[in-house]
Amino acid sequence: MTQRQETRQARDGPEAWITGIGLISSRGDSGEAHCALLSTGAGRPVVDEESFAPYSVHPLGDIDFPLQIPRKGDLRQMGRWQRIGVYAAGLALADAGLVDNQDLLDKTNIVVAAGNGERDEDADGAVLRAIIEAAESHDALEDVLNETLQTSLRPTLYLSELSNLLAGNISIVHGATGSSRTYKGEEMAGVSAVEDAARRIASSQGELFLVGGAFNSERADLTLTFELCDALWRKPFKSVWERARNGGGFVMGSVGAFLLLEADTHAIARGQKPYAKITSITSGDGSRSPDADRNLSRMESLVDELVAGDTTGSLGILSGASGVEPATSDELKWLNGLGLDARGITTAIRAYGTMVGHSVEAHFPAGIALAALAISKGQFFPPFDKSGHECSIEETPDRILVSGWGHWRGNGLALVESAVAQ
Amino acid sequence: MAVTGFGVLTSLGTGKKQNWQAITEGKSGLHTITRFATDGLKTTVAGTVDFMDLESYSAPLLSTAMAAETIREAVDEAGLGTKGQFPGPLFLATPPTELEWPQRKALFAESNGAKPDPDYQDLLRAARTGRFKNLYPYFQFASVGEALAEEFGTKGLPISLSTACASGATAIMLGVEAIRRGDTEAALCVATDGSVHAEALIRFSLLSALSTYNEPPHKASRPFAKDRAGFVMAEGAGAFVLESYSAAKARGAKILGVIRGCGERADEFHRTRTHPEGKPIINTIRGALNDAAIAPDEIDYVNAHGTGTQENDKMEYLALKAVLGDAIETTPVSSNKSMIGHTLTAAGAIEAAFSLMAIHNSTLPPTMNYDIPDPDIPLDVVANKSRAATVDTILSNSFGFGGQNASLILSGEPA
Repeated sequence: MTQRQETRQARDGPEAWITGIGLISSRGDSGEAHCALLSTGAGRPVVDEESFAPYSVHPLGDIDFPLQIPRKGDLRQMGRWQRIGVYAAGLALADAGLVDNQDLLDKTNIVVAAGNGERDEDADGAVLRAIIEAAESHDALEDVLNETLQTSLRPTLYLSELSNLLAGNISIVHGATGSSRTYKGEEMAGVSAVEDAARRIASSQGELFLVGGAFNSERADLTLTFELCDALWRKPFKSVWERARNGGGFVMGSVGAFLLLEADTHAIARGQKPYAKITSITSGDGSRSPDADRNLSRMESLVDELVAGDTTGSLGILSGASGVEPATSDELKWLNGLGLDARGITTAIRAYGTMVGHSVEAHFPAGIALAALAISKGQFFPPFDKSGHECSIEETPDRILVSGWGHWRGNGLALVESAVAQ
Repeated sequence: MAVTGFGVLTSLGTGKKQNWQAITEGKSGLHTITRFATDGLKTTVAGTVDFMDLESYSAPLLSTAMAAETIREAVDEAGLGTKGQFPGPLFLATPPTELEWPQRKALFAESNGAKPDPDYQDLLRAARTGRFKNLYPYFQFASVGEALAEEFGTKGLPISLSTACASGATAIMLGVEAIRRGDTEAALCVATDGSVHAEALIRFSLLSALSTYNEPPHKASRPFAKDRAGFVMAEGAGAFVLESYSAAKARGAKILGVIRGCGERADEFHRTRTHPEGKPIINTIRGALNDAAIAPDEIDYVNAHGTGTQENDKMEYLALKAVLGDAIETTPVSSNKSMIGHTLTAAGAIEAAFSLMAIHNSTLPPTMNYDIPDPDIPLDVVANKSRAATVDTILSNSFGFGGQNASLILSGEPA
């Protein structure tokens, strides 16, 4: 099936409206807080260069978790990334008017993008100590490992280790039980999650989807995973594009991003106003293989399809580029090579990772959330840096392309536009 | 929704033929763990897969190798596409993927961290030397999917997923949905789990979820029996080539069976326990029946989740009773986990494979170790030896931690 047919088919079915947003990050604890990024006075990114030196992070703002997770027992069962996710999911459900509406919660399908849960750093430290002691006393390491793990691991915290438990906790805390799926695979988990929900809506396989992800940047165990491939930025803070020029690397940002995606017919029937709609979404393997070119040309034809026949207007581009090379330069080159400006369509690129940090699994959903907020406010973001890649734009775009090249594999693309009748 | 090829691998061996022969003879793949020292552990039995040719063990390496083996079997049987070019997407259920202790220990050794309170700073210092870059792809979630997508030439972004112990069924369900939507005419649905290492075993053990009947190992897993005492961790993989029925017919493919319906439902009750009235799993099974548009009494056989924990087996019975009614007393039920253990992420796919083989061979595999029936679970358990029976419509259940539930309805080729 060609991309053209695919897109048309999606348009024949119900539209995927965004009717609820839950977004928390270093910028604050609501969609509204992130709207400040739309004004010129957004200021510098919130960055902590000290606590995890030599790594910078965008730390989570002040969040009062019990507001969305009232039971102490629930809070105790969750690592911080789960709390971030469950909190953001609760905001999205509240924003969409679903709280306490058990009939609708019963058919709300949860689609989560998740990485690994959090390790207990104290327990791991205890094992490292045991390794030293075993070496000193010539005991077998495995015996020491067994003994130390059995005494230092907390059984209940094992649950935060399971990727699917973010979704599980959302069901438990917020009562959404339609179905529950967890996608994995770093940035592409976020793309797969949004794509799963949008495609199921377009083909009438479901009407209500709570979709998103969470990322806790303030974790040494996670830092280690990304440091192992030299993916992290270790110099004084710079914007995404400026990092790419200087060897590349990403700065982790704590983010919880959830969207309530709803079939247009369902939203209209219950009188729920949309922020925007996801008109189209696509993904590719984006590996550095012979197929990569074909995949990119498929994406180009998608963009052609999206702007077919248009010779005027403007298109905002919210890039999820991480700053890691070569993916970041590849993405920028691809976006600049679309040739839309030559066709009369003004484009403006913004790398939102500069402002909220790179949030891996949560990054693509966060980009969609920011796009939907901008569309609903009838505004677009001013340039986030002075790299020269982010030009100011006179005409406010009424549609926004959200792009995301994974830091080592995969790419995704979604078009968000106004959901009012065309 | 046609199945035109499938493959399976468990601790009993590689391939459908070897596995089917073993499980219908009631053989057990469970054994005393040799992969790592088990001194001081309460559970020393598992269904590890120790016969793959790997330089050293790690969960992602073993998971990739097992998945590849089953995909080869499935794709060869389906005869679809060309070598290294599968004409559809990959839906892959994978286990947790993270640094394991041997790697952490290597990092720690590099760091020379001999201070009294070693921590992640020591490991990070070692990582910054750049000498461990080769480890990285093994501990990114996407790595298993990437490797398989590259080897088999699947189309588009490889999809990695987890719904805990329901993952295998979910992978099949995602393929079914994509084909129904018309996104593709074929899909490769795979589930693999090679994650039995010391820490994983200890974690499940601390949750009191594992059987401690260590001797003899083949008696460790006792689904539905009164003296059941937990599940046995195990490894394996299953792969399915799914095609739209019309596309399979059009190319003259042999249709091995059909996925008639899928159901899924989340549970909001508890992280490791099911709702006391079993509501979510009842709705999961009902959802699958509705999706297949069949009545409960059309189910000929149930391939149960049947983990052998006190709670699962009791709740699964209550849900089956609620949905199938009195018919459940005469509907045969078996749990493959009595012989292959609980293959976790892979279980749903492996058990769907055994379900199709039951239809083909008119034989129901046994539930071994069913020596003391549980009076609270009056099921027609296929006890201790396989049973000859012609069945056409099978319910296969998968329930997981975190309130994940999925059920599949499978049938032979429609007349």
